[in-house]
Amino acid sequence: MIGIIDYGMGNLHSVYNALNHLGLEAVISDDAAILETCDQLILPGVGAFGDMMDCLESKGLDQWLIHQAKEVKKPLLGICLGMQALFESSSENGLRKGLGLLQGKVIRMSDPGIRIPEIGWNELIVADDHPLKSRLSARPFAYYDHSYYASEWNPSDLAAYSCYGPYVIPGFVQKGNIAGAQFHPEKSSKDGLRILEWFGKEFAS
Amino acid sequence: MLTKRIIPCLDVRDGKVVKGINFVGIKEVGDPVELAKAYDEQGADELVFLDITATSDDRKTMVDVVQRVAREIFIPFTVGGGIRSIQDIRTMLLAGADKVSLNSSALKNPQLIAQGAKMFGSQCIVLAVDAKAREDGSGWDAYVAGGRINTGKDVLEWVKEATKLGAGEILLTSMDADGTKAGFDMKLTQAVRDAVSVPVIASGGCGSLEDFAQVLKNDTADAALAASLFHYGELSVSQVKDYLKEQGVHVR
Repeated sequence: MIGIIDYGMGNLHSVYNALNHLGLEAVISDDAAILETCDQLILPGVGAFGDMMDCLESKGLDQWLIHQAKEVKKPLLGICLGMQALFESSSENGLRKGLGLLQGKVIRMSDPGIRIPEIGWNELIVADDHPLKSRLSARPFAYYDHSYYASEWNPSDLAAYSCYGPYVIPGFVQKGNIAGAQFHPEKSSKDGLRILEWFGKEFAS
Repeated sequence: MLTKRIIPCLDVRDGKVVKGINFVGIKEVGDPVELAKAYDEQGADELVFLDITATSDDRKTMVDVVQRVAREIFIPFTVGGGIRSIQDIRTMLLAGADKVSLNSSALKNPQLIAQGAKMFGSQCIVLAVDAKAREDGSGWDAYVAGGRINTGKDVLEWVKEATKLGAGEILLTSMDADGTKAGFDMKLTQAVRDAVSVPVIASGGCGSLEDFAQVLKNDTADAALAASLFHYGELSVSQVKDYLKEQGVHVR
């Protein structure tokens, strides 16, 4: 069972629908007691960083998540804003602390040569030694929709990236049981579904 | 590198896609889910569903359509038409839409953009603009009610204001080009794209493969939208993509 963390915002059903389509059982909940029974966790997200952290903190889910990820070593996948939450901080609407599970700071893109937000499909360059490499098509594309991105990440956490203007966007990061996708796998057609399938069936601590 | 997007637009009335009469390989012609699946197979990058129903009863049908599409289609899609309040936005997003497009409601109440962007994020608020050139050639006005009513609002001013309020994308339809099949309105599209820093989707007037290349090749737009061209099977999305690749346009 995969627990989709409901923090009161966003389109949680897209992730649920995609898992359902793949035959993976999932439950959407904001109740730590229910989420604790799940084998894996997904932190989805759209909206603003501060609002998300407010919601997580008001439900006590921030500390719970840190415990689950660090001590219990439960497999965790953050998606888009949920991925950004894994890092140390974000500068969206003033500096705000993240969960601090991964090294890196989330900052706004700003370059006159590119459109912001980045909306659309960008080629995903997967590291040769990452298990996703053999599971995706020869030239995978992923759907991105974001204005902020993680910088100063640890190179050893980078599993796949995309290029946007002057930026190397960390598309998929992984450190042990903790993974994150800046793009939306649930909206990235076949290759996106393959990523969720890999997470649901093979990704374990 | 980010690719240029090709977006089929589906007009939905009473839970059925209208205009879709000549589509190859679909069991039930006019079923939004079947059409969406076919477009996904062809390599569509996104879909736009435009709700053209009039009554609130039919609105419930649209929510049902959105839910069904969201269960089976795993590419992003936008829902537009008749979205008037934060509650309407929430309903469509919860039903499974990734974005909503606002047009007349945003012109009437620009704060709806700001509220929507704050609550759900800029990335899901698309500003739809129906633009028509002023007779004196001094610019374009924003129209509502399917192009029947001129709001007198200058298009370039409006898109600047709306993106400042938080609109994350502009879906720009040229009323002058729409239905002509003579190509996208390059002048209008370029002017809007120069006025804002968010992505711009060009719509209205597309009649051929060359039209797609023209608006995407020179970076005049970030995406191109077409409706009847795809529905009537005159072109498939994969044909468009193949042609664009030949022309050196970066597509998926």
